[in-house]
Amino acid sequence: MAINHSTAPADTGVRGPEREPVTLDVNGATYPIELEPRVSLLDALREHLDLTGTKKGCDQGTCGACTVWVDGRRVLSCLTLAMSCEGHQVSTIEGIAQDGELHPMQQAFVDHDAFQCGYCTPGQIMSAIALLREGNATTDADIAEHMSGNLCRCQAYPNIHAAIREVRDADDGG
Amino acid sequence: MSPVLGKPLNRVDGPDKVTGTGRYCGEIVLPGLAYGLIVGASVASGRVVSIDETAARAAGGVYGILTHENTPKVANAPVLIPSLAGNPAPGMSFFPMQDDTVHYWGQPVAVVVADSLEGAAHAAALLDITYESSTPVATIEDGRAAAYEAKTLFGGLMPAHDERGDVAGALAKSDVTIDQTYHYAANHHNPLETGVTTAQWDSDQLTLWNSTMGVRADQLTVARLLGIPLSDIRVITHYVGGGFGSKAMVWPHVTLAAMAARHVRRPVRLALTRPQSFTSNGHREEQEQRIRVGASRDGMLTAIRQEKLAVTSHFDDWAEPATGVSSEIYGCANYLGAHHLIRGNTMTATFTRAPGESLESFTLETAMDRLAYELDMDPIELRVKNHPPVDSHGNPWSSDGLAECLRRGADLFGWADRDPTPGVREDGHYLVGTGVAAAAYPVAFMMPVQRARARIFNDGSAVVQTGAAEFGIGVLTAMSQVGADALGVDMDVLRFEAGDTDLPNTTSAVGSMGATMQSSAVHNAGTTLRNQLVAHAVNDDKSPLHGLATRDVRVESGRMVSTLDPSIGESYADLLQRNRLLDMEALGSWTPPPLDTPHGLFTFGAQFAEVGVDKDLGLVRVRRMLGVFAPGRVLNPKLARSQLLGGMLWGLSQALLEGNQIDRQSGRWALNNLGEYLVPVHADVPDIQVEFVEVDDDVVGPLGAKGIGEVGQVGAAAAIANAVFHATGRRMNELPMTAEVVMNGGGAG
Repeated sequence: MAINHSTAPADTGVRGPEREPVTLDVNGATYPIELEPRVSLLDALREHLDLTGTKKGCDQGTCGACTVWVDGRRVLSCLTLAMSCEGHQVSTIEGIAQDGELHPMQQAFVDHDAFQCGYCTPGQIMSAIALLREGNATTDADIAEHMSGNLCRCQAYPNIHAAIREVRDADDGG
Repeated sequence: MSPVLGKPLNRVDGPDKVTGTGRYCGEIVLPGLAYGLIVGASVASGRVVSIDETAARAAGGVYGILTHENTPKVANAPVLIPSLAGNPAPGMSFFPMQDDTVHYWGQPVAVVVADSLEGAAHAAALLDITYESSTPVATIEDGRAAAYEAKTLFGGLMPAHDERGDVAGALAKSDVTIDQTYHYAANHHNPLETGVTTAQWDSDQLTLWNSTMGVRADQLTVARLLGIPLSDIRVITHYVGGGFGSKAMVWPHVTLAAMAARHVRRPVRLALTRPQSFTSNGHREEQEQRIRVGASRDGMLTAIRQEKLAVTSHFDDWAEPATGVSSEIYGCANYLGAHHLIRGNTMTATFTRAPGESLESFTLETAMDRLAYELDMDPIELRVKNHPPVDSHGNPWSSDGLAECLRRGADLFGWADRDPTPGVREDGHYLVGTGVAAAAYPVAFMMPVQRARARIFNDGSAVVQTGAAEFGIGVLTAMSQVGADALGVDMDVLRFEAGDTDLPNTTSAVGSMGATMQSSAVHNAGTTLRNQLVAHAVNDDKSPLHGLATRDVRVESGRMVSTLDPSIGESYADLLQRNRLLDMEALGSWTPPPLDTPHGLFTFGAQFAEVGVDKDLGLVRVRRMLGVFAPGRVLNPKLARSQLLGGMLWGLSQALLEGNQIDRQSGRWALNNLGEYLVPVHADVPDIQVEFVEVDDDVVGPLGAKGIGEVGQVGAAAAIANAVFHATGRRMNELPMTAEVVMNGGGAG
């Protein structure tokens, strides 16, 4: 995705290649850390912030396991440089449940057995919630198309579809 | 009888997995953790001439570099034996970085250890490695002339040649014969989590957090390679991001992580990159199969001859078997199965979901479909007619259900109205057809004694333990159910622990044996402890149950009650507290039946598919799939359905998407990422349904549960290919059935 840098702190000099102070806003918390410019958002989350819920499946932008939101839009964190997220709000799976209560999508994934090994699951859920927000879950074909960036090698796809439909229909009804 | 066994409960590990709080083996936080990265050979045949480390070391943050010049020699040469046998289980009889020879592209030639992931990747890129290379032999075409017939497979564990009767004579006399050759592309497992090991030494004690399908196999293998006692190695696995066979054996990166950690005197995490996962944990080998089938005009099989040709490594006679199902599923007095191998520049191939069964059944079940047309018989009737009540040794099935699966499936799928004429149903641009195939997957009692422990505390809470690994199979949930019922407590007071070699031993959950062997051990541990507690109560003169016969006491929700007068009873907690016992525990063991147990041992099933084939483009779109299976006792139908669905979609994937080939010039896999090596995405999934046929099985263990991890894949691709024929009139003799194959008339045949 394209990130709008206009809100980033004013920065006149070249940064790096050594570690530089960086401030990341993740799930509403502020993390002042030091990162080399080459560190991806995915590795910053997993290796520097110990937020390991976001998964590394390919590190090549092909599997979707690392899906997070930046300013509410889904991005592949393995293809996003951490430094480029300064001044933006990053949301990960760790921020989805509120006060110990699973998000309806998380609960629907559990109820529909929408995972087996669980490794793609955080990325699937981040995409699934975003799908509803984007308005891309109206039909079964929409769900299938707009979830297709998130691979599940266990092939829990039919159950994931059922989970998304359930949350969508509950939203519509409510 | 059973309060929770057989109920469709949600996974107990669900909350961990949907919140991202469950830790996988590459997510272990250790002080001073360093990052290891393998550097793979960029030639497929030759030797390492030199490795210049100057630039890599100058890059900064590098703790150490292992190459063949400083890597410790392994204490014992690895010998390939499947992990199900319970022995050390290296994936191949070869360990890299012991000398300068390169046998296959991607073979580890160095391990770089640095203070960051990025630093390790940068330094690895700066290693200046020069090679001498020679022309590789990497494909069937390269080595066909040098093929030989293997005598045994799997390190001698099974014969490679299976023969009975007079096949040549019977084929010559058959009313109808089929003779077809098939070509199948190589497959890679591609679990979403690649192989990853975190290694930490504390003096002589090694702890490995390893992404594995069996912690015990890791412990045995690494101990043997390093020459250290088993008691000095502990292997822990919390969650595992998929296996599919890639983590069934113990590959070099696991031991290299331990070596690297010792070398840099820090804990090291070594993760395979996605491209490396194509050359680091085996694959399903490219193969050619030929089948000859003879039958009488009335539809009885008279002969089957099935042969396979594939490339193996320079170290092992490895082939996934091509005869285990085809020799048994249909009664046929004359049978010959054989495996031919070519030694080439590849790593040893390995188990990939439904290893052997998926492709051998493609060969057999598409041949059966041809035969049905030759005989003008319904393909379901042909299969039912030829499925015998006994195996090829005359032993009755421990449980069967194949005919019931086919018939139930036919009802559900609407088979009765089917016009068998190929190529006549149109729906817009699509030609539409339906197909069927039978499925079978063996029950293999190769494992040693399995153990589990049950422990109850004096507040009534309980822990049940066994060293199983949770890689998506639902073991934490299903074994909580088994343990709760066996001990007689509610699930919410029971915690099931797994994934640690400090726990009682179970063998790697491979070959679809996990549910059978784990549930048997856990059941026996739970019932043993329950019996101890009941015996204690009836012998305790302060117990209200004192003096009763143990058979007159039942247990529910942690309370022992008299079956003669349910008002008399006491809880486990009361018994323990009164006797000042803090806890009580029992070890349960399960000894599998002998290998020569007088039963035919399979899980049977039936697969149905409906496809639409684009008339102009050859694209195959699967519209419907139905699988009906007879796995004996179903421990948890919700989880069982998921696993079978997964297997069926693996079959769809094998049918239409997955395939890799080695470039003949370089010896390199053409595809090494998930952008080009196709696996199903959300949009590939059809309307899909799983059904069960109930069968009782008192042979396969105390609970009668057979495996379901793989049978879901068997026959699925064949059903799709048979449907493509029904749609188009074109037979598919090549996998995957890409648009080109469909348009070119089916490939190899």
